[in-house]
Amino acid sequence: MSDFETDYRHAKPGQSGPGVTDYLDLDTKDETFLDATELVLNMGPQHPSTHGVLRVILKLDGEKVLGTECIIGYLHRGVEKIGEHRTYAMFNPYVDRMDYVASVSNGLGYCEAVEKLLSVEAPPRAQYLRVILTELCRISSHQVWLGTHALDIGALTPLFYCFRDREEILKIFEKYCGARLTTHAFRIGGCLYEAYDGFEQDCKKFCDAFLPKLDEYEELLTTNRIWVRRTKGVGILNPEDCIALGVTGPVLRASGVKWDLRKAQPYESYKDFDFEIPTGLNGDTYDRYLVRIEEMRQSVRIIRQAVDGLPTGPIIAKVPKVIKPPVGEVYHSIEAPKGELGYFIVSDGSTQPYRMRVRPPSFVNLQALDKMVRGLLVADVVAVIGTLDIVLGEVDR
Amino acid sequence: MPEETKGPSPASPQQGGEKPPAPTPPVPAETAAPQAVAAPQPETPAAAKPAEPAKPAEKPAVPATAAKPAPKPEGPKPEPWESDLAASLRSQYGTGIREACTYVGQKYLVVDKSILYEILLRMRDDEGFDYCVDITAVHYPKRDEQFDMVYVLYSFPKNERVRIKTQIKDGDTVRTASGIWETANWLEREVYDMFGISFDGHPDLKRILLPEGWKGYPLRKDYPILQQDQEWVQINLGIESGQ
Repeated sequence: MSDFETDYRHAKPGQSGPGVTDYLDLDTKDETFLDATELVLNMGPQHPSTHGVLRVILKLDGEKVLGTECIIGYLHRGVEKIGEHRTYAMFNPYVDRMDYVASVSNGLGYCEAVEKLLSVEAPPRAQYLRVILTELCRISSHQVWLGTHALDIGALTPLFYCFRDREEILKIFEKYCGARLTTHAFRIGGCLYEAYDGFEQDCKKFCDAFLPKLDEYEELLTTNRIWVRRTKGVGILNPEDCIALGVTGPVLRASGVKWDLRKAQPYESYKDFDFEIPTGLNGDTYDRYLVRIEEMRQSVRIIRQAVDGLPTGPIIAKVPKVIKPPVGEVYHSIEAPKGELGYFIVSDGSTQPYRMRVRPPSFVNLQALDKMVRGLLVADVVAVIGTLDIVLGEVDR
Repeated sequence: MPEETKGPSPASPQQGGEKPPAPTPPVPAETAAPQAVAAPQPETPAAAKPAEPAKPAEKPAVPATAAKPAPKPEGPKPEPWESDLAASLRSQYGTGIREACTYVGQKYLVVDKSILYEILLRMRDDEGFDYCVDITAVHYPKRDEQFDMVYVLYSFPKNERVRIKTQIKDGDTVRTASGIWETANWLEREVYDMFGISFDGHPDLKRILLPEGWKGYPLRKDYPILQQDQEWVQINLGIESGQ
């Protein structure tokens, strides 16, 4: 027998002589191999299911996750530093680039924070317009989440459904302010643009068409056996951990904490509207899915009420051309689709902020990843990253 | 498995969840009390915090909403924060509480660095501020105590937000709050990354957004906006400059 023939790749079943198992035995005799129960695996930053440029270092025992470490900052653009070198109005478009799938919410939080600093309040019509657009934006953000999250887990169809329906929202944005994603829809003191002709009809049409579509999404997933197996009991966070980790938004609510800034500390005109805060029971990936789906329904409710009650009047308050807030500092936060989005602005009385701090929900929520995936399998890490609904533009700023 | 598919109904009201009561007005009525009431108001310019309007008052305080073009209306002023919490803290720590004020309805405390950890712990354990919203810093290079550390806290039971601030010198370390709130871990790492403030006892103090080995702390005021760690860029990215 030549060496060539004894090579295990050529060993035939039933053939005597060295076979596959012999070679494996040889390998396992190696002491270093025997002791290597832990494996360190790098995931990302270029990985389709990390939703951008997130790098996670996984410490594994076989398929089981023992621990993780997130390496972030690949998308760091120094937004806070830029904020200190721009005037208040000039910084407004920059905030759209943080959470770029929910740019309207970013703009709302920023404008409100500066308005607070100026002691100005947007007129009622502007507030209603803002609510309509922000809730549309919440739906579109949740649609992006649902589509990509389902895709990560292996369901391809919801992605197409979600992006198809999201298009209608983006069309409304485009008609309203000319941009689809980075909208720069609001100005300090109110809105720059009046609602276009047919805005109300478009919104109503969208609401009417969207609810059956939402049922379609649910039909695909809610009772889908694979979906349920992949999400139920995965990435559980209990309420105490959520609060200790500062996790907010749908992730917090899915753990059973009924807390939403729109209700707890109403801003804009949210106190005028009737809506529920959906909560979950188990704090797992499946509950987070249900909570977000229900949030979309509630957003539709809010949009309908706001469109029906849209007051007339001015759309922007009287703010000086050159915005020079008095010396002082404010922290203001809103309920963005991902959680509590806060702005801490320090003014020194000049035209530029002295300090512009953004409290990003994605950054804080991402910190919970380690706690959520310990003891799970590698495939569940993908599901948990998806369910946290992070946007790296906001994590890194 | 049909029983698994029966999920919780998210719309149904949750009995276990903490339901914040009706929205509380941002400014408690007592805060409108006249300025005359005690409260250690900072009068020395050295200790004065930046929020204190430093300009000579051209006009008595007028609500800034009036956007009259005429003389620039003076902004709102911090008012003493009168509440049980502020009073009990004052009586316990005395001058350790440098300020307890509200500004446009937002409450804040300025405390001495030596009692910061004690106050934070007390806020969580006794006062119900169980959620640490944010930790950040502000750089004032001209001041002796160059940095303001800012802790934004929120209480779920009270539906109330308060900011705890302290002033520290360049090179001072602060005791980590990551033992009080887990969320402080990354937030403090970001402060370290951006300002170079070190935290004692932090489990994993290293840069978070910038790469390890980067020189300089970008959010300090003496760090120009165009500055980069050219050496790092040349070695690690293989390009002459990132500009």
